[in-house]
Amino acid sequence: MSKQIQVSGLDAYYGGHKAIEDVSMTIEPRSITAFIGPSGCGKSTFLRTLNRMHEVIPGARVEGKVLLDGEDLYASSVEPVSVRRMIGMVFQRPNPFPTMSIYENVAAGLRLNGRVSKSEMDGVVETSLKGANLWNEVKDRLNKPGAGLSGGQQQRLCIARAIAVQPQVLLMDEPCSALDPISTLAIEDLMAKLKDDYTIVIVTHNMQQAARVSDRTAFFNLAEQGKPGKVVEMDETSRMFTNPTEKATEDYITGRFG
Amino acid sequence: MTAIQHISTSRRIKDRVVQGLVYLAFALAVVPLVSVLWLVIKNGLGRFDLDFLTHSMRNIGARDAGGGAYHAIIGTLEQVLLASLISVPIGLLTAIYLVEYGNGGRLSRYISFFVDVMTGVPSVVAGLFILAFWVLFLGLPFSGFAGALALSILMMPTVVRSAEEMLRLVPNDLREASYALGVAKWRTIMKVVLPTALTGIITGVMLAVARVAGETAPLLLTVFFTDSINNDPFSGPQMGLPLFVFDQAGRPNDTAVDRAWTGALTLILIVMLLNLVARLIARWRAPARGR
Repeated sequence: MSKQIQVSGLDAYYGGHKAIEDVSMTIEPRSITAFIGPSGCGKSTFLRTLNRMHEVIPGARVEGKVLLDGEDLYASSVEPVSVRRMIGMVFQRPNPFPTMSIYENVAAGLRLNGRVSKSEMDGVVETSLKGANLWNEVKDRLNKPGAGLSGGQQQRLCIARAIAVQPQVLLMDEPCSALDPISTLAIEDLMAKLKDDYTIVIVTHNMQQAARVSDRTAFFNLAEQGKPGKVVEMDETSRMFTNPTEKATEDYITGRFG
Repeated sequence: MTAIQHISTSRRIKDRVVQGLVYLAFALAVVPLVSVLWLVIKNGLGRFDLDFLTHSMRNIGARDAGGGAYHAIIGTLEQVLLASLISVPIGLLTAIYLVEYGNGGRLSRYISFFVDVMTGVPSVVAGLFILAFWVLFLGLPFSGFAGALALSILMMPTVVRSAEEMLRLVPNDLREASYALGVAKWRTIMKVVLPTALTGIITGVMLAVARVAGETAPLLLTVFFTDSINNDPFSGPQMGLPLFVFDQAGRPNDTAVDRAWTGALTLILIVMLLNLVARLIARWRAPARGR
């Protein structure tokens, strides 16, 4: 159920401001693709164009093509809501629904989208929580509020919530930046496990993390402040971190700038 | 290197003085509240009996003791309920439009402006408007419903403003989390945004209810006046507690003035009771707290 994403000539705007320019890449299924680059270079913006979350912001728009297994997500007949159902997202800050219990949080995606029987829902909640490595920690308090969990647990709850709707692709926008090393490790382990079933794209500021978890890495950069961000280089992670083609990539990875 | 400084005497004195002023301001603000409550309870408790709560003023002579405000209590409850039924949905939907769909566009700016203007409409003007429109222009009779219409004009801006405030407080993260799950916008609003803001919205609605429950002028012009029980808010004059207090307090004998005090006490209790119920509902519906 994992799908390939092909992007060609994609520009993204916030009102009159062009945030990213002419991005083309292929994201392979059943693999982890990492986006690295300095702050403000458009990594997150690009990530959000992949499931049409970009246009949720007033004034934001996208030009270009994003193909999910050959199907254009930006075709005029495509319903954005259904795109997001297929391409899940985990955000930088854990954002469980405060009015819902742990169980309801995981069930939210299905419950808000239609009727599912109780027993079926129980099964989905359990598999999703197990998939997010959270089941053992919360199985005795499924009816407690999700906001009562620790930060790392909340983030895993959000991952469980995202995979409960069984998306084809999972986008993660700096999912570990607010977490301690132990929770980070838990989430990295989880990603390694999820990659058997999902296409995973992760934005990260942590170079080691990109090197540890990803199969392919894309380096984003912008020429100068105010100019749109671009993809400088994209390659196998092992190559990117040992023998990058571009000077800028090497400078960034070795910490000479950014 | 700078040394650790000690708090100078002048700063200490300033601190004391300002602290004193703050306490003084607090005390000044509380004095009227306490004295109003005290007076109303002291003077109102005398007639606060079953008779008062279950009888109207029908066939009670000018100098008679006894009588009650049952007709006024029924009227107030019905009028406020109807006014809420009209203004809460409209107000809430307006607030949802302003926060979720308006995007600061021209229409939403106009709406915002007119809501502000409506906030400043004096209650007697709202009453006059309904009198002119409902009674004089459409030729419909005085009724509890006409009063409810006037009250809803007063309630609406308060509901819009407080609901808007509360909806804006809902973090955008939650909306995005819901969109990212493939949930449509209207469902996100219904199932995520509104429940998150519910407690605050209920508080706002209760404040609006409390405000209009004590309005006298618009009722005077729209529900007219009666000494008898009228359970039907859609036909014939009704009574309201503020009207009852206004009427009784203007009469020259002590028994009537006592009734006025008790009427005021009843009104305060009703508003308090409604508040309490709303708070219980809010707590019951609110996110479970704690771990």
